[in-house]
Amino acid sequence: MNKKAIVIGVSAGGIEALKIVLNKLRINMDYAIIIVIHINNKGRGLANIFGDINQFIVKEACDKENVSEGTIYFAPPNYHLSIEEDYTFSLSIEEKVNYSRPSVDVLFNSAAEVYMDDLVGIILTGANSDGEIGLKRVSELGGKCIVQDPKEAFFDTMPLAAIKSVENCKVIKLSEINKFINELGD
Amino acid sequence: MDEKELLKIQNIEMKLLIEAISLKYGYDYSDYTKSHLKRRLIRRMSLENYTSITQLTEKVLYDKDMFEQVFWDLSINVTEMFRFPKFFKDLREHVIPILKTYPTINIWHAGCSTGEEVLSTAILLEEEDLLNRTTIYATDINKKVLETAKEGIYSIDNIKKWTKNYQESGGVKSFSDYYTAKYDHVIFDSNLLENVTFLEHNLVTDQKFIDTNLIICRNVMIYFNVKLQRKVINLFEESLIPSGFLGIGSKESLNTSSTDSKFINVTTDTKIYKKHVGY
Repeated sequence: MNKKAIVIGVSAGGIEALKIVLNKLRINMDYAIIIVIHINNKGRGLANIFGDINQFIVKEACDKENVSEGTIYFAPPNYHLSIEEDYTFSLSIEEKVNYSRPSVDVLFNSAAEVYMDDLVGIILTGANSDGEIGLKRVSELGGKCIVQDPKEAFFDTMPLAAIKSVENCKVIKLSEINKFINELGD
Repeated sequence: MDEKELLKIQNIEMKLLIEAISLKYGYDYSDYTKSHLKRRLIRRMSLENYTSITQLTEKVLYDKDMFEQVFWDLSINVTEMFRFPKFFKDLREHVIPILKTYPTINIWHAGCSTGEEVLSTAILLEEEDLLNRTTIYATDINKKVLETAKEGIYSIDNIKKWTKNYQESGGVKSFSDYYTAKYDHVIFDSNLLENVTFLEHNLVTDQKFIDTNLIICRNVMIYFNVKLQRKVINLFEESLIPSGFLGIGSKESLNTSSTDSKFINVTTDTKIYKKHVGY
């Protein structure tokens, strides 16, 4: 069976949005969930916050680690996160992309080229346009694209930019994104 | 043509470019991480307004300047002084006391880039009264960055961040004692670099050149695939004296749990390891 993944890009207002999207996910998921969030968290942080809201393993992605289904990964702060052809993570400290490191575009572009049809790209609230190019790449290579309804988003810049670049993306509310993920593969 | 077909072709073009660089210029990037290579090469392709990687390959083969440009693109030179200050704090607390027991000390900074971390180590050694009996070998694949490193002159824009890092790393003096500010630059005390030897060294192809007490190689191996990482770790293991130390980036790791691991953990979050004795 093909490996599958969900990539999520989120910026300002992201923690609260992710709490809804990741709430009580079905545990027998055959998807890996990989997240870039632009916040300057100090250490432990994210994995702790999200470890409590479902039974997934929630961790920071390590260099050359295998991407496993049923696991939620966060890009480490200050590193770009990419997916390699052999379904492993790689990290990079090269210059910021869209003023961001980690960058949503870097993750989405690399994941799109590896997972192709078996990828879901999701863009949530954010105050810049990182993710616009990456989501387009996901769409071009056959992946599904979802964007948080900008009317509901804490900051609508990122969702609006994403919608502009991917015309056929699904624009829905956070609670519906949660439901969508839970119903994947049914 | 559809995007999937184009992607397939682009991946073939990438392989051909890497092969061309290796055959023409002798630098072997085939075991670098693919996503990294691709991002850097596609970026160069668009900056040059080329429509395909093949165009870039042609230019690289016929024009040495374009090769130099691509070579520069592929070498990541993002660094700072006392980067991840806790690393230097842990060096001070866990490694320096052991180094003090040796009459002379060799340290290898592998992939030293523009030299900020070399100066950081030199400052640490100076404060621990070890600098005068230490030789630091600072190496990089890229000649140009070594020239910058030798000069010890940096933009003043970084100083605030570096001062903060220095303080967090447990520095005991005032950071400004180590440099002179001139216009928009800072010039570091040349005594700090007196015992530093700068050398061109390619971790992919070059061999052991020194027996060393400590190797520092942070955020270099993240650009290598697992096969090349293993090779480089073997090179480090050969180059370290028994009980010598290895410091790598905080998001990198050596698989110490594997039975053939030659290293044990000294610190966990700052990734300082010690070579096993008893082999």
